[in-house]
Amino acid sequence: MSLLEIDELTVEFPTRQGAFVAVDGASLSVEAGQIHGLVGESGAGKSTIGVAIMGLLEKPGHITGGTISLKGEHISGLNTAAMQALRGKQISMIFQDPLTSLNPLLTIGDQLTETIRAHLNLTQDEANQRAIELLELVRIPDPKTRITQYPHQFSGGMRQRIVIALALCSEPDVIIADEPTTALDVSVQAQVLALIKELAREKQVGVILITHDMGVIADTTDVMTVMYQGKVVENGLTSQVLGQPKHAYTQSLIAAVPRPNERMHRFPLVSYGGRTQDFQIDDLARNWNKTEIDANQPLFEVSKLTKRFLKKSALLPSSQEYSTAVDEVSFNIQQGEVFGIVGESGSGKSTIARMIAGLYGVDGGSILFDGKPVTGVKDLSDYRRQIQMIFQDPYSSLNPRMRIDAIIGEPAKHHKLLSGKALQKRVDELLEQVGLTAAAGKKYPHEFSGGQRQRISIARALATQPRFLICDEPTSALDVSIQAQILNILKDLQEHLNLTMLFISHDLPVIRQMCDRVGVMQGGIMVEQRETEALFTNPQHAYTQELLSFMPQLKGI
Amino acid sequence: MFNLTLPERLDRILKSDFLWRLSRSPVAILSLLVVTLLVLGAVFAPWIAPFDPYDSASLDLMNGFTAPLTENDFTGQQFLLGTDDQGRDVLSTILYGMRISLFVGFASVLFAMVLGISLGLIAGYLGGWVDTIIMRIADVQLTFPSILVAMLIFGIAKGVMPAEYRDQMAIWVLIIAIGLSDWVQFARVVRGATLVEKNREYVMAAQLIGQPTPIIMWRHILPNVLSPVLVIATISLALAIIAEATLSFLGVGAPPTQPSLGTLIRIGQGFMFSGEWWILLFPALTLLALALSVNLLGDWLRDTLNPKLR
Repeated sequence: MSLLEIDELTVEFPTRQGAFVAVDGASLSVEAGQIHGLVGESGAGKSTIGVAIMGLLEKPGHITGGTISLKGEHISGLNTAAMQALRGKQISMIFQDPLTSLNPLLTIGDQLTETIRAHLNLTQDEANQRAIELLELVRIPDPKTRITQYPHQFSGGMRQRIVIALALCSEPDVIIADEPTTALDVSVQAQVLALIKELAREKQVGVILITHDMGVIADTTDVMTVMYQGKVVENGLTSQVLGQPKHAYTQSLIAAVPRPNERMHRFPLVSYGGRTQDFQIDDLARNWNKTEIDANQPLFEVSKLTKRFLKKSALLPSSQEYSTAVDEVSFNIQQGEVFGIVGESGSGKSTIARMIAGLYGVDGGSILFDGKPVTGVKDLSDYRRQIQMIFQDPYSSLNPRMRIDAIIGEPAKHHKLLSGKALQKRVDELLEQVGLTAAAGKKYPHEFSGGQRQRISIARALATQPRFLICDEPTSALDVSIQAQILNILKDLQEHLNLTMLFISHDLPVIRQMCDRVGVMQGGIMVEQRETEALFTNPQHAYTQELLSFMPQLKGI
Repeated sequence: MFNLTLPERLDRILKSDFLWRLSRSPVAILSLLVVTLLVLGAVFAPWIAPFDPYDSASLDLMNGFTAPLTENDFTGQQFLLGTDDQGRDVLSTILYGMRISLFVGFASVLFAMVLGISLGLIAGYLGGWVDTIIMRIADVQLTFPSILVAMLIFGIAKGVMPAEYRDQMAIWVLIIAIGLSDWVQFARVVRGATLVEKNREYVMAAQLIGQPTPIIMWRHILPNVLSPVLVIATISLALAIIAEATLSFLGVGAPPTQPSLGTLIRIGQGFMFSGEWWILLFPALTLLALALSVNLLGDWLRDTLNPKLR
């Protein structure tokens, strides 16, 4: 008998257009001391399984079929009071965002002891003692003093470890971790995953690890289940599923994962469910006005670039406090090159992109574009016409109240390059070239998926035929198969149109696939800057070595 | 280019969840019905009102104080809702009075909206000292009850204007007074929404190509901050109608030559205890029905547009 057994579970959400089946007859089982990975793309129903186990399905969603049993007893269909007794005590949950799952107004000690006393029959002193032990268990240094502190006094990784401590308070049998490391940097992610792994073994807890990240699955889980559109398509030992995937969907998913150890020319796109959309690069390249390239002169010369942000505002300049986000960073970008900047959150990589894009003012240093300065210059319209940007979040980078054709046409219209019929024609062409149809221009952004929106974003960026493209984490909000498509498109652009790019990412495998040269940022300083292959095979700086060591190795794929 | 044709627009509205949600809320349907009926009654008052209460030629003082649905002792005429002291048909005065009330309500909300949205957009998008100045003015104004602000403005305007224009301009002064007392909540909501929207990447995309600031505010941010404004505007409309009635009731609003619902209530309250209850009751009930249904409609709109409350 398994610890947790899910049998033919079906969850439906009634809507105006009929019932939406979020989970369709899914079965899986979890053993004590085992980490069970639940992987799938957004909308696959993996999180819904998690909340269904907890009995926390949001109304009007409900279980319409199948059973969930814990240690042989049915827990699906229990009433609210019985479920409440079970929740927390025998099953705990760890959520994605450590910033919102802790109460900012209570000390972590209060939050821990409250949970402990709710589940275990202990006095306040005993509960306090237990809380300190738990903090020790999740490797919070100096737990005796830190227990009196508030959540904001901890870093993101520490907070997630405190959330894990909270989940352990009642000594549960099962922990459901829903994307526990998605909001964290790689170095912190590695620590948190190692901790979960260790706790599962030590305490003999069954863990369901819900994630979209194949790297996390490969490094952490024992058994895995692959979901697609609410259905389980494949399950088995992790090494087996990753090594010899049987189902076509699993194969396509694994093929799309960026490899950390070698550079691929293009991502192999194994199509499944008819979801590939062609990008017509030849069509695009035919009409592209290429500028003459002087290979000897770099397109960008950035020297001693500095940006400070006001930390504390005050009337007198002398009492104002600044934090330095970017500190004397210098680099060149050659014509037709993809220059990558990699670093953890807060390292200043996006700030550099925004300074180059002219969105932020510069506090020191200079940027030369094609030999001409772009800092401290009044009229930038000529420069602005030649650069474009692709943003991170496809859900916020398109104005929800504008039609697609207006969105794509806007840059060309603004720079007075095209107007009227010619503009409409260009917009229609671009839509076809990025793999959508001209009819899509009549729709609004909410009618498209994340990947399609990112294609629209690319079409907008290409409308003015720029020479330089800034990509700020262009795929970090996308599913892995969509990421592969978008990265292929960017590679096509670079190769066929000779576009120069600045590519910013926190994801090392993606950087390795995309960039010719890479700069590594840490705390506003560029610590290392080398050819991509040299950086990955022979990192010089200690920080680079550390970053590379945290990279998921995708063993067995 | 980029414009929808009319059938496309109609199709969008019919397919949207909006009508579907409306069809499932009896309160909203009833409120909408009442509001539509009253507004239509006010708009078409000259055609549907049985008498013109301001045509002194048709007035007969002998008809004064006729109770609803009873025959007048002298003339033998009958009135659905009775007559007032001067023999005017109460139903007709209500229909005509609503014209003033609704006009002042709509116009002052529109004025408050334009002012509040512009200032809120500017404060939110530009930030810094511009934001500080605008929002401090708003804060100061909020420390006074809005009816007091309206009376103050009304009083100043009355003092400044020459006597012969006073009655003519009273309605416009009323609109400005109520509008000025009500812009703050629009400004606050729009500023808050703007602070969220201005950090979105589509705004950055517009800045990137060098769009000038006014265009970014107008084309990109404004359409995205309008849905909370719609809700406030509806609730404000009810408040503005009540504010107008209050001012008129206190005698500082619509002049007796152009009586609004508030003026009618003021006239009626003099007869409340002398047996002629209908002169007060019917205008008051109309005001109640109007304000209540507009308010309920606003509440429903707020719940519908807020995905968290669905």
